[in-house]
Amino acid sequence: MLYRENGQFKTSYAADQQVFPIAQDRWAVVGIVVFAFVAVPLLVDEYMFRAILIPFLILSLAALGVNILVGYCGQITLGAGAFMAVGAYAAYNFHIRVEGMPLLLSLLLGGFTSALVGIVFGIPSLRVRGLYLAVATLAAQFFTDWVFLRIPWFTDNSLSGNVSVSNLQVMGWQLNNPLNKYLFCLAFLTVFALLAKNMTRSAIGRQWMAIRDMDVAAEVIGIRPLFAKLSAFAVSSFFVGTAGALWAFVHLASWEPAAFSVDRSFQLLFMVIIGGLGSVMGSFFGAAFIVILPIVLNRLLPEIGDLVGVEISTAGISHAELIIFGGLIIFFLIKEPHGLARLWSTGKEKLRLWPFPH
Amino acid sequence: MNLRKLALTASLGAFMLSAIASTSAVAATAKEQFFPVLVTRTGPIAPNATPWANGFIDYLKLVNTKGGINGVKTVFEECETGYATDRIVECYERLKGMHGGATAFQPLSTGGTFALTEKAPIDKIPLITAGYGRSESQNGAVFTWNFPLLGTYWVGSDVAIQYIAKKLGGVANLKGKKIALVYHDSPYGKEAIPVLEELSKKYGYSVQLLPVAAPGVEQKATWLQIRQNRPDFVLLSGWGVMNLTALREAQATGYPRDKMLGNWWSGAEPDVADVGEGAKGYSALTLQHGAERNSKVVKDILAALYAKGQGTGPKEDVGSVLYMRGVLSAMLGVEGVRKAQERYGKGKVMTGEQVRWGLENLDLDQKTLDAMGFAGVMRPVQTSCLDHMGSSWVRVHTWNGKNWEFPSQDWYQADANTLRPMVMLASGKYAEEKKLKPRTPEECNK
Repeated sequence: MLYRENGQFKTSYAADQQVFPIAQDRWAVVGIVVFAFVAVPLLVDEYMFRAILIPFLILSLAALGVNILVGYCGQITLGAGAFMAVGAYAAYNFHIRVEGMPLLLSLLLGGFTSALVGIVFGIPSLRVRGLYLAVATLAAQFFTDWVFLRIPWFTDNSLSGNVSVSNLQVMGWQLNNPLNKYLFCLAFLTVFALLAKNMTRSAIGRQWMAIRDMDVAAEVIGIRPLFAKLSAFAVSSFFVGTAGALWAFVHLASWEPAAFSVDRSFQLLFMVIIGGLGSVMGSFFGAAFIVILPIVLNRLLPEIGDLVGVEISTAGISHAELIIFGGLIIFFLIKEPHGLARLWSTGKEKLRLWPFPH
Repeated sequence: MNLRKLALTASLGAFMLSAIASTSAVAATAKEQFFPVLVTRTGPIAPNATPWANGFIDYLKLVNTKGGINGVKTVFEECETGYATDRIVECYERLKGMHGGATAFQPLSTGGTFALTEKAPIDKIPLITAGYGRSESQNGAVFTWNFPLLGTYWVGSDVAIQYIAKKLGGVANLKGKKIALVYHDSPYGKEAIPVLEELSKKYGYSVQLLPVAAPGVEQKATWLQIRQNRPDFVLLSGWGVMNLTALREAQATGYPRDKMLGNWWSGAEPDVADVGEGAKGYSALTLQHGAERNSKVVKDILAALYAKGQGTGPKEDVGSVLYMRGVLSAMLGVEGVRKAQERYGKGKVMTGEQVRWGLENLDLDQKTLDAMGFAGVMRPVQTSCLDHMGSSWVRVHTWNGKNWEFPSQDWYQADANTLRPMVMLASGKYAEEKKLKPRTPEECNK
């Protein structure tokens, strides 16, 4: 009915190759972005910003990075937390050691350093695949944990190994209230998401997907695995590293290596698996599922308990949260192994055919 | 999946989101002082953190049975953190505006303290970290909103060395001795290091640092090193399951337990009970109090709450070491409010800013403490702008296989001559990094 592309004729190559060829999609995306930039700041309170939206935006960015590597290039990584840590600590060192360093540049340099480290840890991917590669990237995780705990230079010789930043500002724009922080992260995410979407549609993205689908065949038709794999590692680590720097600077403001532990790596991998491998949209779904759902459950359970007149203890809620969350993961993986993004596209297909299901 | 299901899922999602929005807007109620309680009732820390939370809440309930704080009732709200810094931040954001605003936060996590230290000045909510947190935050001129009341890890390290010196028969005998520190590899564990190293220069002992990765269940390599090096003393800075593992490993290694000294987070019943006789002789510092089952405040709690079935936790835990720490932590917060009321109006609900003044001018003398039922539990505490700690007394208790007991009634006091310059140096560095101007004495008196 509403979602139907009849009558939308493409008369030029540019129109045919645009990011969202269907007009409804285009308007929906524009609408969502405008909504996020304009309406959300008017609607939500500080708690939503600080505890839910900012973490969601930053982890979406990280999930996007992981999705490029795992979903598009097919290289399983368990080192995402490590690249976040590299991004965070590199940005921190650039920020405090270089006098007058602009925040934006620190964050991007953090991402850039993370990209370099990503290339180094991506080298094993040229020889090993699948689960073995996952183990190799796990080494990155333990290595960075060790580096940031043991080498005091990286943490500016802080006595406890904890570092912090404050008085953040971008060209006079103070990042001191949740609204500004939210807008800052949102701007980052919008630019990076557009970048990712376009990259996956371009030659490099097609190379990644060819490698993912069958690397020998890809090599035969003239794709260099060295370039394709390492570029995927670099781009992915850049995204993840920038997300790590944002997580540290904007969300936590004071952090320790434990903020980027192996748990974080697993969390990011689960996000892309649940959200949908090889889908930009899926990264957002996955991040929402993993970031927001536990908090919603945590807050909803006592309410439900009140409704039926049962008082659930704090520990009980916490346990129930894990049980329900785990249950939902299994449910979604059985019902839709291709992730939430596939549900989304199935929904869109149905809408196209509606009201005449095939 | 058909359209109906999709619509169902979407509306369910919308319902969940609206639930967050609705619960975060809780109306302020009059005459209630709100105490947020960050708890860790699940995960590897739970056995230790649960009694703390129960003690904390029981004390708040006890205050209400006695008529509140000059008539102002206490209310509390729990939030489970699982000892994870990001969840602590989420809980902080969730609770800080409830019931008209939080009185003070007590995160029970050093990592959490670091994160909240950056947030508390903006929200104007004091941070009480009784016996943990950042040691340099003792300097209230720089750390306006932090209150590491009763002691910091630096106090702990200094007293540990005093205790060892006493055992050896004088500080002169420390020369050439080997002291190993087995610590939780996190900001918490690392806090103990600077003072140990500073004092080693003075006394000529050597420090061996043995980090243990969180949560601390894997310590085979650590204790192998101890077996090889045979240090004269082992200091333990563990938390939760790490303490239990350390004592098991010590038993397996055959390292004498009476040469081991834990800090005050490594010396409670959950740390040793499962090892039982195997931990006999193991000593730990105390944050003044030990297990205080005979104190008046515990008897009050048992009579006023547990006898009526209103207790928060199991009755056996009441009066245990960490339970008492929770009671003390809550008491300090309540007394901060009481002190603030003296200035801003008795019987009124205090804001975080007013409570901050109250905590900074806390003056609990022995008579007041005795009247509240803390006789024999703790000594007087008096804070000021420059000293947000207020007291640095420590005792040492020993596990006899069944209970924690004080073998001697010795009280140790941390040496301010050693610690004060370190506190000033570290807090000065922090102020410089943050471009903060330390408060002048005039600003302090405002």
